[in-house]
Amino acid sequence: MAQEYRIVLANAGKIDPASLDDYLNAGGYKSLEKVRTMSAKELIDLVRSSKLRGRGGAGFNAGMKWGFVPETAPETYVVCNLDEGEPGTYKDRTIVEADPHLLLEGMAICAHAIRSKQGYIYCRGEYPFVVDHLNRAIEQAKQSGQLGDFNIEVRMGGGAYVCGEETALIESIEGHRGEPRFKPPFPGVAGLWGKPTVVNNVETFANLPAIVKNGSEWFASIGSPNYPGTKVFTLTGDVVNRRPFEVPTNTTIRELIFDLGGGIPNGKAFKAVQIGGTSGAFIPEHLLDTPLDFDSMRDAGITLGTGAVFVMDETRDMVDVVTRIAKFFEHESCGKCNPCREGTFRSYELMKKIKTGQATPSDVENLSTLSKVMTKACLCGLGQAAPTPILTTLEHFSDDYKRRLLAAIS
Amino acid sequence: MDIREIIARYQDKPGGLIEAYHAIQDEFNYLPQEAIREASLAFGISEAQAYGVATFYSYLSVEKRGKYIIRMCESAPCHVAGADELLKALEKTLGIEVGQTTPDGKFTLELAECVGQCQETPVITINSVPYTDMSPDKISAVLAQCT
Amino acid sequence: MIRLTINGREVEAPRGSTLLQACQLNGIEIPTLCYDPDLRLAGSCRMCIVECKNRPLFLASCVAPAEEGMVIETHSDQIMQARRVILELLAARHDFSCQTCDKNGDCTFQDYCYEYGIKESSFEDGGRRIYTVDDPNPFLERDYNKCIMCTRCVRACEEITVARAINVENRGHHSKIAVAFDGYLEDSPCVFCGQCVMVCPTGALTSKVSAGQGRAFEVDRVLTTCTYCGTGCTLELNVKDDRVVGVSSNREEEWSPVNKGALCVKGRFGWDFINSPDRLTTPLIKENGEFREASWDEALDLVAQRLQEVKDQHGPDSLAMFTSARVTNEENYLAQKFTRAVLGTNNVDHCARL
Repeated sequence: MAQEYRIVLANAGKIDPASLDDYLNAGGYKSLEKVRTMSAKELIDLVRSSKLRGRGGAGFNAGMKWGFVPETAPETYVVCNLDEGEPGTYKDRTIVEADPHLLLEGMAICAHAIRSKQGYIYCRGEYPFVVDHLNRAIEQAKQSGQLGDFNIEVRMGGGAYVCGEETALIESIEGHRGEPRFKPPFPGVAGLWGKPTVVNNVETFANLPAIVKNGSEWFASIGSPNYPGTKVFTLTGDVVNRRPFEVPTNTTIRELIFDLGGGIPNGKAFKAVQIGGTSGAFIPEHLLDTPLDFDSMRDAGITLGTGAVFVMDETRDMVDVVTRIAKFFEHESCGKCNPCREGTFRSYELMKKIKTGQATPSDVENLSTLSKVMTKACLCGLGQAAPTPILTTLEHFSDDYKRRLLAAIS
Repeated sequence: MDIREIIARYQDKPGGLIEAYHAIQDEFNYLPQEAIREASLAFGISEAQAYGVATFYSYLSVEKRGKYIIRMCESAPCHVAGADELLKALEKTLGIEVGQTTPDGKFTLELAECVGQCQETPVITINSVPYTDMSPDKISAVLAQCT
Repeated sequence: MIRLTINGREVEAPRGSTLLQACQLNGIEIPTLCYDPDLRLAGSCRMCIVECKNRPLFLASCVAPAEEGMVIETHSDQIMQARRVILELLAARHDFSCQTCDKNGDCTFQDYCYEYGIKESSFEDGGRRIYTVDDPNPFLERDYNKCIMCTRCVRACEEITVARAINVENRGHHSKIAVAFDGYLEDSPCVFCGQCVMVCPTGALTSKVSAGQGRAFEVDRVLTTCTYCGTGCTLELNVKDDRVVGVSSNREEEWSPVNKGALCVKGRFGWDFINSPDRLTTPLIKENGEFREASWDEALDLVAQRLQEVKDQHGPDSLAMFTSARVTNEENYLAQKFTRAVLGTNNVDHCARL
């Protein structure tokens, strides 16, 4: 029976999130004190050897990412991505609402590693109450001197999913349209205002205090060796327990949905689960024993993404759900690159055509070709991932499509 | 508060344009043309750029809106939980279609993508306050709180 | 220099080159729409994508650095298919009224559609927004039904002219090039220099002054120097049937060292006086309050005779020469030489001194 294992949610429900004293009594800011006795290089080595990988979707080794920041850079920035816009994802909000100082401490630890004096938290516009909550915590931390000379400012997004992409996020902090930049240069070399910048997800930062406290070996021994630690998953859709779960990364999808999530409600059967957010793959029954770590998922053709787990029972029609998702991407494409701006629009048109029974097999072929081109040709992750739901449902749930096409013929 | 005063509070913040826009919307519920002109002067950018930023983000509006902005999430988790029916019920109760404002200027109904409250779907927000686990029969009680 | 393999051939490129530059240096043509060598890079049209061994994604060659040992394919089946899809996506929202378009024959988008065999888009044009073509200014035609959103106009306006009149508005498929509040150019900081027309790869931005008077393949382009001011910008007069029907830019530094193709509103749009019936084509001599036509010899003799009379009666300092920035340096030199050596006075001045 799978069990929760809490690192980033360790204090959740146990401390008053509005109380700095509670956080301090639970051992808070001790790790930050400890890193101040370490050199930047020692700290980066510690994080690198813990094998902590980014929890925002790309799964890059966090310590290695920090290592890209040139040692001699006079001005650097720490940016926290709290723009969780993937539908079905509410893990970062959960972490920050339960334990805001954990994030601040994590960011300050990173600041020590890259010698940064200024951090930004980019919080999605849908969470103004989280902005207030964080501002109060920052004020407390400043007043009590916990953050030293590291300053943190919260910036609020404006309702643009694409700003979860790190370079679009940077553009948005700079006060611009949230259009992604081409890479290279990567933010580690030229990020916010052209200065070296580390952008990490809330969950990534929130793991740091525990890693500093317990050591890299401890962290590396939890869960799957290639993607160690825990991962917070948020369950939505047709599942009994719709709430966040923090589990070791060697937990399987099946354990998450059926052991922790309580399975499918109302006696219905499982049909599909979409993991990682609305740009994630649709997974059929036979892949449910895949462990929830980045590499195992990737080998199964799945992206781990943000940790959203969207469960669908036997009554759900994949064409209906994917048409809705196609509309999402049509709405959220920034419009900068051709294949995404026009491709997301045409994908939605073709999905509508399929959904209403007006499509021919050549329309489906067209959609499939377009989708494959988008995955390789689009400028940023949004356009590259947008076709995933289409391609994976075409692969695993082709009957839902064929049924619609038959209707067109008869 | 005066538009110029609001913008002045953010003028010295690097990249503070979007923060200033949020603050203007807190006051006016939309971005009047004057605000975009003032912001372009304050932040030293062209009017075209200031307008480009204002029209990029779905939370910013260059059209006048009602006192209460109701946003109906229609992302996949809300979709399968009955967002379509809820939306129809909202339109019927308010007597307007999506994108419109009630004649008394009280409510504007908009569609939204995920608002991050997917533990209890479907979800609407009214002036950014989420109302989760919504259903058509809860609408009148929720709207009654808007005075 | 670094070494890499492009289309099976080992080639060299200077360190720091982009893949596009490496290809161009080695004679490999790569299609581009948003790329412009004089503008900040966008990397957004994705036409210049190439395949790189061991990289899962295509690389946009205009922004991708060429690296030692890369193995690149620029025209593989996969790449050709992707470019065709991208062109079809653009074609689905494009107004293909090429027959009546002033850019016909001089349109990069048309060229690529031809090259990649895009006769029609496999995407229906459902949902295509029809933009009204309505901007009351006398110079620039803006037809966004032909726009492919390459943003070269926005960058040219920002970086070459620094007027910053236009930007992208809205998001995604709804995005469009616009002035603030989607208004008219004349209410914006636009100075009607037409640098946007110069860089536009389609018929979205054209000259109203030249409309319908001659397409690129019908005109001879005569390289000359603008006569409006002393800057000395190079431009090309477009000549059809011995009539000037337009002005185009020559952007090559070798030919256009002063302005690299950039012009102002006068140079680009102010040429239609050339064919005006009101224009003087022969000297006129005023007799008894009436002008009559005269030959150049007669007119010059009269001028010489009158100057001589004034000089004899009132002395050389009663004469003065005032010259203009609208003539060449050589002519200005001659004018002051004539004033000093022939008229015998230092009374010489120039409008540029104002």
